[in-house]
Amino acid sequence: MILVFAETWNGQFKKSTFEAVQYASACAKAQGTQALAVVIGPASAPVESLGAHGADKVLHLHGPEQFETAQYAALLAGVAQELNSSLIVVSGTANGRALMGALSVRAEASAISNVTALPLSYSPLRVVRGAFSSKGIETCESRLPRSVIGLIPNAIGLKDYSDSDAAFEDRSTSETARATVLEQQLASGSIALPEADRVVSAGRGMKSPENWGMIEELAKTLGAATACSKPVSDIGWRPHREHVGQTGIQVNPQLYIAIGISGAIQHLAGVSSSKTIVVINSDPEAPFFKAADYGIVGDAFDVVPRLTAAIKKYLN
Amino acid sequence: MFKDRKNTASDLKFAYRLGYKPPRNYLSMKILVCISHVPDTTAKIQFTADASALDASGVQFVINPYDEFGLTRALQLNEQLGGTVTAVTVGDASVEPTLRKALAIGAHDAVRVDALALDPIQVARELSAVALAGAYDLIICGQESIDYNGGIVPAALAEILGWPVVSPCIGFDPAGGRAKASREIDGGKEILDLALPAVLGAKKGLVEESELRIPNMRGIMSARTKPLIVTAPHGANPGSAAVSFTKPAGKSAVQMIDAQDLDTLVQKLHEEAKVI
Repeated sequence: MILVFAETWNGQFKKSTFEAVQYASACAKAQGTQALAVVIGPASAPVESLGAHGADKVLHLHGPEQFETAQYAALLAGVAQELNSSLIVVSGTANGRALMGALSVRAEASAISNVTALPLSYSPLRVVRGAFSSKGIETCESRLPRSVIGLIPNAIGLKDYSDSDAAFEDRSTSETARATVLEQQLASGSIALPEADRVVSAGRGMKSPENWGMIEELAKTLGAATACSKPVSDIGWRPHREHVGQTGIQVNPQLYIAIGISGAIQHLAGVSSSKTIVVINSDPEAPFFKAADYGIVGDAFDVVPRLTAAIKKYLN
Repeated sequence: MFKDRKNTASDLKFAYRLGYKPPRNYLSMKILVCISHVPDTTAKIQFTADASALDASGVQFVINPYDEFGLTRALQLNEQLGGTVTAVTVGDASVEPTLRKALAIGAHDAVRVDALALDPIQVARELSAVALAGAYDLIICGQESIDYNGGIVPAALAEILGWPVVSPCIGFDPAGGRAKASREIDGGKEILDLALPAVLGAKKGLVEESELRIPNMRGIMSARTKPLIVTAPHGANPGSAAVSFTKPAGKSAVQMIDAQDLDTLVQKLHEEAKVI
């Protein structure tokens, strides 16, 4: 039985959750076994959707109200040991990564993070993963009979899927948490960068934080998340959570548009796994052009509004 | 002291499992800061001819940038509350210059666990032995290291010790035997209440970039004589191993689009790249 942690966010399933379920389902089929999706805590989303993405069974554990690392790890490890699972799949979201560390210890499993493709082999388990902030690719082998695989969100991609219904079980639980969530403060309406399909990013070429309106307009037109370079985040023009780069967020979108960013190695390390990169910069020598798929040399304040208009025209 | 560590560590671990909390004076804090020795962010990454490992020749190694936020916060707490700040790294002798940098920045002493860092759970187990031997109130790691970006060690270490973990941690304020911590989550943050001892996974926000401590002349001089103890590893077996490394395929040449002809770009994004 392959387990997959079906993460919820405000009761809904994330895109990365479905990606992890599809991955687990593919592993299960390759191994001639079944995929069990484990949902923990309140879920207003229909758990049937997990079946549509390939889960053969869904186990809904009730009890915890919020994500807490130790509690979730104990619950998942319990299921893994009960079913003698050799493989647990987790998507590498913020909660997923914390969970992986605790779960691997609790379930006496190896922990292999940043996996980018289905396993090359199962006995022994061999997978391909990103290394050195995506500047390298590693083939990694598990030495233990049980492994926890952490996926890079968006690296595998979501396929159209409509599998049959899953068998369903509810269970109440009582594992204790080690920390209490007092409150959550969420910026409204923002798309989480690590999982965004499209990103519009800007840097020092914008000259001032007041000029970000056109960036947000382009992002809104494309349904994209906004991001920024490290210098801009360090001087407080944009929030830390928008900082993309080696010591910031690593993004994995289909489309990354970089405006007024020169393209230092540290920034490239955060964006190089983007499928398509568009660079807009007034400096024709900007290093970013060497890493781009499409490049425009021009004044951002001229090009960006016209690009937004051209995209709006195309979308209508 | 470290000769007896094997028995002490497993005795203490057993005691922790039974719910034992050693008496602590939380007016001062004994802080352990975990340091990773990693290639500098500007390093061009190449692999050895047999593809088995990083080609370290010509690579500048540094303290993992995320760890620096943790080290600075530890030093701030030390100035406020007293106690000690100890830096620890798992690695062979080649990591000692990086550990000395942590001493130069202000850590009081350092421990090197004499083992290669092969796997995150193995590293967490080695760190846990050091943690138990020293009876620390707080352990601060970087939330991930820039060589493998796993983010596994903080939560794994906390689980081995039976302690709460906050990772990624963007705020931490202890008071008595408890603390309020901020944890970064998708699109925002959450405030947690927890008992000490605890493990944190540091990132920017725990302290600001402008607050980061750097070694001054006095720090560099004192780093040479501050204690750096080498301890034998517990011998945890790595649960995973690297088989081979390659570099990702490079992009083909950029297509430059005329700034006056944005409709062409939109068309290519649709037809060629298929992203809109």
